[in-house]
Amino acid sequence: MRTNLRFRPVAVIGAGMTPFRRRMLDTPQELAWEASRRALDEAGLELRDVDCVVIGSAPDAFDGVHMKGEYLAHGAGGVRKPVSRVYVGGATGVMTAISAWYHVASGLCQKVLAVAEEKMSPGRPHPQSVFRYIWDPITEKPLNPNLIWIFAMEMHRYMNVNRVSKEDIALVSVKNKRNAKKNQYSQLGGDITVDDVLKSEVLVWPVQLLDVSPVSDGAAAMVLVSGDIARRYTDTPIWVEGVGWTLDNTSWPGRELAYPRYLENAARMAYKMAGIERPQKEIDVVEPYDPFDYKELHHLEGLLLAKKGEAPTLMREGFFDVDGEIPSSPSGGLLGVGNPIAAAGLMKTISIYWQLKGTAGGMQVKKSVHTGVAQAWGDLMQASTVIVMRN
Amino acid sequence: MTVHPLKEEDLKRHPVVEDKPKARYSYTAGQALSVFLNGLKEGKILGRKCTKCGRIYVPPRMYCEDCFVPTSLWVEVKDEGVVMTAVASFISWTRERLDHPEIVGTIRLFPSTARDYVYPGLFHRICCSYEDVRNMTIFGKIVKARWKPREERTGSINDIECFEVV
Amino acid sequence: MEKVAVVGVGWYGFSPHVHDLSFREMMFEAASRAYYDAGGMDPRKDVDTFISCQEDFWEGISISDEFAPDPIGGAMRPTMTVAGDGLQGVAHGVMQITSGLADVVVVESHAKPSDIITFSDVVKLSEDPIYVRSAKVPNIHFVAALDATKFLSRGKATRADLAEVVSKNKSAGLSSSKAPYAARIDKDYVLSQDYVLTPFTRLDIAQPVDAAIVVVLASETVARRFSDTPIWIHGIGFATDSSNLELATLGEARYMRLAAERAYLMAGVESPLKFRGIFVDDRYSHKELEHLEALGITDVVEKLREGYFHPGSYLPVNPKGGLLAKGYPLEASGLSLLLDAVEYMREGEESAIVGSWRGFFTFTGSVAVMSR
Repeated sequence: MRTNLRFRPVAVIGAGMTPFRRRMLDTPQELAWEASRRALDEAGLELRDVDCVVIGSAPDAFDGVHMKGEYLAHGAGGVRKPVSRVYVGGATGVMTAISAWYHVASGLCQKVLAVAEEKMSPGRPHPQSVFRYIWDPITEKPLNPNLIWIFAMEMHRYMNVNRVSKEDIALVSVKNKRNAKKNQYSQLGGDITVDDVLKSEVLVWPVQLLDVSPVSDGAAAMVLVSGDIARRYTDTPIWVEGVGWTLDNTSWPGRELAYPRYLENAARMAYKMAGIERPQKEIDVVEPYDPFDYKELHHLEGLLLAKKGEAPTLMREGFFDVDGEIPSSPSGGLLGVGNPIAAAGLMKTISIYWQLKGTAGGMQVKKSVHTGVAQAWGDLMQASTVIVMRN
Repeated sequence: MTVHPLKEEDLKRHPVVEDKPKARYSYTAGQALSVFLNGLKEGKILGRKCTKCGRIYVPPRMYCEDCFVPTSLWVEVKDEGVVMTAVASFISWTRERLDHPEIVGTIRLFPSTARDYVYPGLFHRICCSYEDVRNMTIFGKIVKARWKPREERTGSINDIECFEVV
Repeated sequence: MEKVAVVGVGWYGFSPHVHDLSFREMMFEAASRAYYDAGGMDPRKDVDTFISCQEDFWEGISISDEFAPDPIGGAMRPTMTVAGDGLQGVAHGVMQITSGLADVVVVESHAKPSDIITFSDVVKLSEDPIYVRSAKVPNIHFVAALDATKFLSRGKATRADLAEVVSKNKSAGLSSSKAPYAARIDKDYVLSQDYVLTPFTRLDIAQPVDAAIVVVLASETVARRFSDTPIWIHGIGFATDSSNLELATLGEARYMRLAAERAYLMAGVESPLKFRGIFVDDRYSHKELEHLEALGITDVVEKLREGYFHPGSYLPVNPKGGLLAKGYPLEASGLSLLLDAVEYMREGEESAIVGSWRGFFTFTGSVAVMSR
């Protein structure tokens, strides 16, 4: 039931994705095509029905293609149509859905295809090396940083300020990989223990191998349409009720990292739009961005679903389990399903859409759900995007 | 159609097109960072102060992001500060295994206080043991820059070898 | 559609090499000027969302979005990047306003090609990596030349007409404060130059330029709060033809035709001839004519020969010199044409159409219909 009446109604009526895998034979265009085709099939539309395409893709350097949006357009159905690409680093996936929302809400488009793709496997010697170029070229890159440093620094600060143990953080990895077993698209679903995480290879202390999501190839797509059209195609449209995004400053070494204030800002923007006043009471299911296990805890706090420093306690008590009060990452998240950056963010949005529609299959959470939230994060610990949906 | 996941050994069965991007740049340091880099050569850490809100930017910026006015004063901050976070890296930037971990972190430089949410800060190497990182004793320690000898400095962030406990 | 106004514009650069400011400092200078122009607005309070238009490989930074917020006042605010031309960013801004999400949107784009040492190689990275790039064509202008040859082969335009476009635009640029490549040259001088790549001489190809541009958009409701002379956007559209080189249309600008169709429909345009000026991408001389055709103007070659498009004539095209005179600031090219159109209308002209293109190897363009 739609409750947000201030904006022009926008509904999701179809979604599709490819499995996420370490490396695919298929080109980025072919992956985008596959996801788009599945989304159109679920919506019951053909490409000719779509009037605009929004593309999401993170660093061009992974695919080694400059102006990647233009290149991807061909596989994403963006031929002889308005096509554009939005970009907020790792937070791009959810931004793609947000952008598709305002394409429709503005009245400029009626039926929009949102497509996100990432193919991380082509980078040599390791996709990791691409991340050296995300740092400030003058004051940071000369130190030869790698991507995991950034997460390790934030994770350690979070652990230090909130007195969080590695064991508590590992529980997130255990939960998400367990949830991913039920997800047919997942790359790394399975039963692991806290001990497995703590005994895995130390990459950058405190980050160990099983704290981290894998390198993946994959694509995801969604169809968003205006409210009156939605009713023609489905009896169960899922409404986009709130969107929010925020970018913090570039100077990350000069600010507190223990709490993502930019996410709180983005969440408040989305909640205000959706009329959510008590997030912990009103939100039924959540997909916070979890490229690393501590990130899920960090983000649950930023989403105001736990007080500062309390997410680990709630996690331990099962509050965020599939059968808990607010199931978190029922899809298995990036840790379990895989992390083709932009596609992973859109996968999170799709997961909430399937949950609210009741078609999540084995992933479906036990409680009945009415309001769901998906979130993504990116850049130099500065970007967050939040979307609120209702059935 | 469906997608086709590959295993490592499958890669040999498919043609691979190799290309090394020839993308090279000469980044303009600009007003703020040029002076900052020259300062490092002199063994000084220079910042810019916003006279409206008092915030000091290290590395310097010519504008205050909070007030949206130009920062108008050069100030020298101490080459001493507090370790806010530290990590020990066992992998290189190409993800090769390192025998000895490289320790890096962020340092809140003085003048600043523990209550500040934003402060003059640097990301740099920290000279301490893996144990200090692992048991978090390095957090909150006061550290000071260890400078390269004057003749070896080039006007780079690497003119500071690392920050070490005072 | 609710009208959207341009209430402030600011720019910095338009120099082949801005060596004293970093791209971030250029953004700040451009933004400060735009906010002053918009009645001295405070971006920290008065702006709802910020959009930056940039591409990673132009910047030499992966996820260059990281550097977008601070210099334009967008830190801790809803800031995002559209990886596309500035005019596409304006379209996103218009959508954020008409959806009810924002009342004031800032659109920024900048270019620092002087920082790129291997410019041609970076351009080549936008080719399809498996098929086109493997062909290793040495000159990055080859698609443009193919396109121009096809355009000329349709038999209407000749090499001399292209030279006339170059002469018209480079001369017109002399009246602009941001045209480092302006020059008083005539058609014969252009024709006397050697070919770089047929049918182009070096004068037919615009040069990259360093620049930062900021545009402030406002909804109809609040526009007058910031400007007594808002410039209205009545229609905006953008489109991609086919991004695969081998499948796209050459010899005509179908992307521009599709973009114009949408913009005209939105604005209720009957004929582009009723407008007072056209600002269109001319980074290759033939593109001006090709784009004019795509905007729905017939007999462009005859009109060019009659002087119809010259400054002060019936329908001036690029009266501020276009990209041939100003240089093209990469993704800010569309905003630079919009900037010219805004200045032109503030000088007293009634209306203008802006048509931008992302350059090869893309087939993406945008069109904005504007009036005073």
